[in-house]
Amino acid sequence: MSAPLIWILIPFVVGFSILFFLHQRFAPLIAGAVSAILALIALIFPIDTALLLGSISIKISASIQFFGRSFALNTADGPLIAIIYGLAAMWFFGTEASGTANRFVSLGLMIVALLTASIAVEPFLFAALLLDMAAMLAIPLLVPIYQKPGRGVIRFLTYQTLAMPFILFSGWMLAGVEASPGDVGSTLQAGTILGLGFAFLLGVFPLYNWIPMLMEEASPYVTGFLLWALPTFTIIFALGFLDRYTWLRTSPQISNAIQFAGVFMVASGGLFASQQKHIGRIMGYAAIVETGLLILAMGLKSTEVVNITFLLLIPRGLELAVWALALSIIKRKAYSLRFSEIQGMARSYPVAVAALILAHLSMTGFPLLAGFPSRLALWQELARQSLATSFWVFVGLLGLLIAVARTLAVFVMADEKKAWEWNESWVQTTMLGLGVIGLFILGMFPQTLQPFISKLPTLFEHLGQ
Amino acid sequence: MAIEIVSWIAVGIMLATSTVLLISRDWRMSIGALAVQYVAAFWLVTRHLPFVMGSAKLITGWMVVAALGMTRLGLPSAGDEKESAFLPRGRWFRVTLMFVVVFVTAGATPRIESAIPGLSWQVIAGSLLLIGAGVAHLGMTSDTLNVIFGLLTVLTGFEILYAAIESSILVTGLLAVTNLGLGIAGSYLLIAGTSPVEEIEDEA
Repeated sequence: MSAPLIWILIPFVVGFSILFFLHQRFAPLIAGAVSAILALIALIFPIDTALLLGSISIKISASIQFFGRSFALNTADGPLIAIIYGLAAMWFFGTEASGTANRFVSLGLMIVALLTASIAVEPFLFAALLLDMAAMLAIPLLVPIYQKPGRGVIRFLTYQTLAMPFILFSGWMLAGVEASPGDVGSTLQAGTILGLGFAFLLGVFPLYNWIPMLMEEASPYVTGFLLWALPTFTIIFALGFLDRYTWLRTSPQISNAIQFAGVFMVASGGLFASQQKHIGRIMGYAAIVETGLLILAMGLKSTEVVNITFLLLIPRGLELAVWALALSIIKRKAYSLRFSEIQGMARSYPVAVAALILAHLSMTGFPLLAGFPSRLALWQELARQSLATSFWVFVGLLGLLIAVARTLAVFVMADEKKAWEWNESWVQTTMLGLGVIGLFILGMFPQTLQPFISKLPTLFEHLGQ
Repeated sequence: MAIEIVSWIAVGIMLATSTVLLISRDWRMSIGALAVQYVAAFWLVTRHLPFVMGSAKLITGWMVVAALGMTRLGLPSAGDEKESAFLPRGRWFRVTLMFVVVFVTAGATPRIESAIPGLSWQVIAGSLLLIGAGVAHLGMTSDTLNVIFGLLTVLTGFEILYAAIESSILVTGLLAVTNLGLGIAGSYLLIAGTSPVEEIEDEA
């Protein structure tokens, strides 16, 4: 059997089958189990290497031909696939606790399969098409059939669709630039078109306005999932560009432009977050800050680019999952998620509120939590290169810290006579508890990620070598 | 020579259809213009791609038109009335915008022709015209159906240009799926929120 069949076709078919044939009650369990099994297979069985189990020899071949092009997942992709499907399993298992519609797991699994295809397709720039298809598949998740689509979802669709032509065309132009690297005009044009494509995909300032809008309009759990999945694969795609084209990797102007985009996102996202009165929008801005940090990591003039990027990517999945789950639980009680409606909820939903605050603190880079080691590593590298950039990153994270202080103040602003209650179900409490434990483990023992991260730089031939 | 003339006619048709898409208040007219636009695009695409692959794009385009048309047909016309209150004021502005797009296309075509050798003027002009008109359309509206029209127009323009530089079957297939996906997503967004919740629950 080939790797693309296992990690692309099977989850896609399972997702499709769940959507049309399976009882809704079992959907999250089956999707979660399938994702967990796929993650374990990726962890245990090395791709393209024969493994002897007793008298049986097992080998997962790396590639498959499809319409004259190949989809290939190599040995180096194994840890990455394990991380992706492991985090996806966590999201799917949390579906029932979040009260999200069950089609989330089926479409979510299909989205993850398409996104995995985006890292497998060769030539790699065709990934832009698969990313666009994944974004379209997300539309029914974001807009329930009984709800009018808001502006956020329309902008999301528009920006994700516009990104694809830019990236495909820039890929063709980059090949020309590679052939004649001295042509400044072509280089500038190719760089600009590529930059625009990724600006649309990642929601670089000012193209991120759809994120807080979506957090207001759509289910926080679904939006959180998309804010985890889409930027994760887009960043891997962008790293592929940097790895493939020498001039992109070595040009100081490109590096500066990437860093400028990143720092603008971090600073503006943090400042906007500190001004919000809607906890959903705050999460949206926190996700923007996180994406900004990833972009900043990509722009580092250091050999640690890949390590720091993945150190940021892995806790991001956990933080967003815990935050989105807590928000979903709170949203059942306080529909609009405005400060006026969540006031004093710490006494009625203590576990959800605690998990939300801890996830938020983790995103600000609070010590002992999952976000701390990655931010420390990033800051260390940034401080060597530019103190001004480090300062603006500090401003952005300070904005997030102000937002968490305001949120906490509103949550605990209850009448003193109000009794403490425990309104979360045991499933919700367990899921949130496990998530919070995960945040602490990743924060206090970041070396637990080492087995995954140590092998990830081999994904890229030149980057970080 | 005849092929060149037909190609220029295709560009002319594209100019007409994209203008209609930009200024029309009647969704039926817009849907019709989009269907005709796909025929003109088909002609330009087949200048560089085999007939069969070009046909796939045409059929996909018409499927999208059919999906959007059927969906819109089943909806009440409240959206039309809301739009008509705004559109007459902007009609001449939109026509002027199309002139700007035409001028930009005329100015950029020779430059692109020198940058990408082997492409005909008609292909470049048709492509830029649709991309420009699509972007103008997206900038003018937030109405779901019109946004989908704008995105489809941009994609069609891009596909004409990209067909000349990439002839992979996989890309053609994925672009067709993307177009179809956009049509289906658009149809879904159009019907979302139009049925009462009780009715949906009954169906479930």
